[in-house]
Amino acid sequence: MSAPDFRAGSAPADSSFSVPPWTYGFIVAVLMWAATIAYSGFGSAGPTLSSALVFAAFSVVVGTGQMLVIASGPGNIDLSMPSVLTLAAYASMSVMAQRDAMVLPGLAVALGVGAAAGILNYLAILLLRLPPIIATLAWSFVFQSFAFNLGGEATLKPPAILSDFTLLSAGGLRALPFVVMLLTAAAFVLLKRAVPGRHLLAVGQSERAARFAGVKVGRVRLLAYTLCGMSAGLAGFLLAGFSGGAALNMGDTYLLESIAVVVLGGTSVAGGQANAIGIWGAALFFNLMATMLNTFQMQAGIRFLLTGALIILIVAAVPPPKAG
Amino acid sequence: MTAAVMTRPRASFGARFAPAMQIGLPAATLVAMLAVIFWIRPSAMSYFGFTLLFKFAVPLMFAALAQMMIIMLGDIDLSVGSFVGFITCVTALYLDAEPWLAVGIYLGAVAIYAGVGLLIHVRRLPSIIVTLGMSFIWLGLAVILMPGPGGAAPKWLSGLMAWKPWLLPLPIAAALLAAFFGHLVITRSSYGAVLRGAGANPKAIERAGWSVLAVPCAIYAAAGALGCLAGLTLTGLTTSGDPNVAPAYTLLGVGAVILGGGSFTGGVVSPVGTVIGALTLALAGSLLSFLQVPPTWQIGAQGAVLFLVLAGRVLFSEKRP
Repeated sequence: MSAPDFRAGSAPADSSFSVPPWTYGFIVAVLMWAATIAYSGFGSAGPTLSSALVFAAFSVVVGTGQMLVIASGPGNIDLSMPSVLTLAAYASMSVMAQRDAMVLPGLAVALGVGAAAGILNYLAILLLRLPPIIATLAWSFVFQSFAFNLGGEATLKPPAILSDFTLLSAGGLRALPFVVMLLTAAAFVLLKRAVPGRHLLAVGQSERAARFAGVKVGRVRLLAYTLCGMSAGLAGFLLAGFSGGAALNMGDTYLLESIAVVVLGGTSVAGGQANAIGIWGAALFFNLMATMLNTFQMQAGIRFLLTGALIILIVAAVPPPKAG
Repeated sequence: MTAAVMTRPRASFGARFAPAMQIGLPAATLVAMLAVIFWIRPSAMSYFGFTLLFKFAVPLMFAALAQMMIIMLGDIDLSVGSFVGFITCVTALYLDAEPWLAVGIYLGAVAIYAGVGLLIHVRRLPSIIVTLGMSFIWLGLAVILMPGPGGAAPKWLSGLMAWKPWLLPLPIAAALLAAFFGHLVITRSSYGAVLRGAGANPKAIERAGWSVLAVPCAIYAAAGALGCLAGLTLTGLTTSGDPNVAPAYTLLGVGAVILGGGSFTGGVVSPVGTVIGALTLALAGSLLSFLQVPPTWQIGAQGAVLFLVLAGRVLFSEKRP
C-alpha cells in the first residue's frame, strides 16, 4: 500500500502536559459557554447548551464514522460523507413518502445506502489501488449526481413521526443528543473492548505487524468504511427529519467539519489511535462558538476566521511527536 | 513504503512504459473526449469552440498546479478553494481602484502561505488539519471583505481573459505555457530536483546542504502565488468576486494532480500531467452536455473519468510484489 504520509505523528501526550489533547475541545467549549452566559444572563445557559448539544449530535454521528476510517491507517479518509449523507436522506425520504408507517424501512434504506457507499469506497481503494482521498472523492462526485437525479431541486419532506422524534424534548432537554451518546458509547466499547475494534487500531498502527499477527487487514478496513458510510446515512436520515426535509446542500458543511471534529477530538491523522468521546468536545466547541459569536452579534466572517485560527492553535498546542 | 528500500524489480513491458502511461492515459482520455465532442458538433472544432470549451479550465489549472506544489512535498492543501475565493474578492474590490493595496494583499497572502509551510514543517503538524484551518481563515477573510458576490474586475483583466491571440486560443496557449514552464522548473532543472527531493527524501536534501525549512517555505509560497494566479484569472472570467466561487477547486485540483501521475508519497508529480489532468476534468463536465445528458449527471462524469483513467493505470502499471 502506498501509504500517504501527511507528516502526522501519533503525538502521545507528553508527561509534562497534564491535560490530554482530546480534552482541549471540551475546555474551549466550556469557556465559550461561560462567555455566552456572561453576556446574556443565566437564563440563557440551558437553551444555549441544549441547542448546541442537538447540532453537535449531527457532527458527532458523522465524526464517529470518519474517526473509524481515519484510525484505520495513515491516508485513510472518507471525503464522500457529505454526498452519502445527502443521497441517503433523499433515498429514505422517497421511500417513506411522508408515511409514518414507513419510518423503519426508511431508516433501513438510509443505512443500506450508507453501507453500500462504504463498500464501494473500499472496493475502489482495494481493486484500483487508489489513495483513499481520490477513491472517495471520485465516488462523492458520482453519489452527488445520484442525489441530484433522485431529488432534483425540490426538498423532500420527512414523515411527521420522524420530525417529532428528532425534535422530542422533555423538560428542556432534547432526546436526540442522548440517542447519539449511545452511539458514542457503542463506538467507545467497540474500540476499547471488542475484537474488531482492537483489530482496527492494530491495522492503523502498523499494517504489516497486524498482517503478521493474523489480522485480516482488508476485512477490517472494509468494516471501517462500511460503518463510516452507515453513519453518514444515519446522519442524513436524522438531519432530514430535524431540518424539515432532504435538501441538495444539506451535507456540504460536514466535509471539513467531520475531519476537524475527529482530529480536534484527539484521533491521530496517522491512524491507530482513536477517541470517540473527544469528538463531542470538538463538536460542542464548534457549535458553542457559533452561538457565542451570534450572541455577540459578530458577522459570519469573524466566526469562520476564529474557527480556523482555533483549529490551528489547538493542533499546534498538541506536543510534537518525538523525532524519529 | 517498503518499495523504497527494495532493489528495483526487473522491468516488465508495462513497467518500462509506466512513466509514459502516467501522462499518456489522461492525454488519451482528453483526446478521446474531444473527438466525441467534435464528432457530435463539428463546429466546435474551431478557434471559438476551443476557447469556449476550455475557458474555465485556466483558473482550475493554476489551482491544480498550486495543489501540485504541496503534494510534491508529501503534504496536502485543503485551503486552495477558499484561498482562490479570497483572491477573487480582493481582486474585484481593490485591483481597479487601489492597485497597490491589492498587490500588497497578494504579497501578504503569499507570505502567509510561506508561514503556514514553515509552521507545518517546524512543528511537524499534519498539513491536512492546518490547511483545513486555513480554509476557514481564508473564507472568513473573504466574507468579511465581501459578504456575497460583488465588485468588478478591472477592465484590463477581463479584457486579458477575453483576448484572442493569433492562431492559438487563449486557454490552450495558457495551458501550453504553464505546462512548459512547470516542466522546465520542476522536472528538468536542478532546483526542481531539490524541490522534489524535499518531498521524497528530506534527509538527503538536508545532507546535500539545503535548509529543510527554507525549501518547504519556498514551495508553499509558490503554491500561494499560483493560487493568486488562479484567483486573478477566475475574476477575469466571472468579472466579479465571490467568497464561495471555488470550493470545488480544492478537490478537483487534487484529482488533477493524481490524474496527471502524481502521488501522495511526495516527490512524484508531473506539471505536464497536472495541466492535462485539469483540462480533462474541466472537459468531462462539458462533454456530457454535448451528449445531451441532463446536467445533473455532469458532476458524476468527473468521478467516472477519474475512475476510468486511474483504472487504466492499474492495468499498465507493474504488479505489486
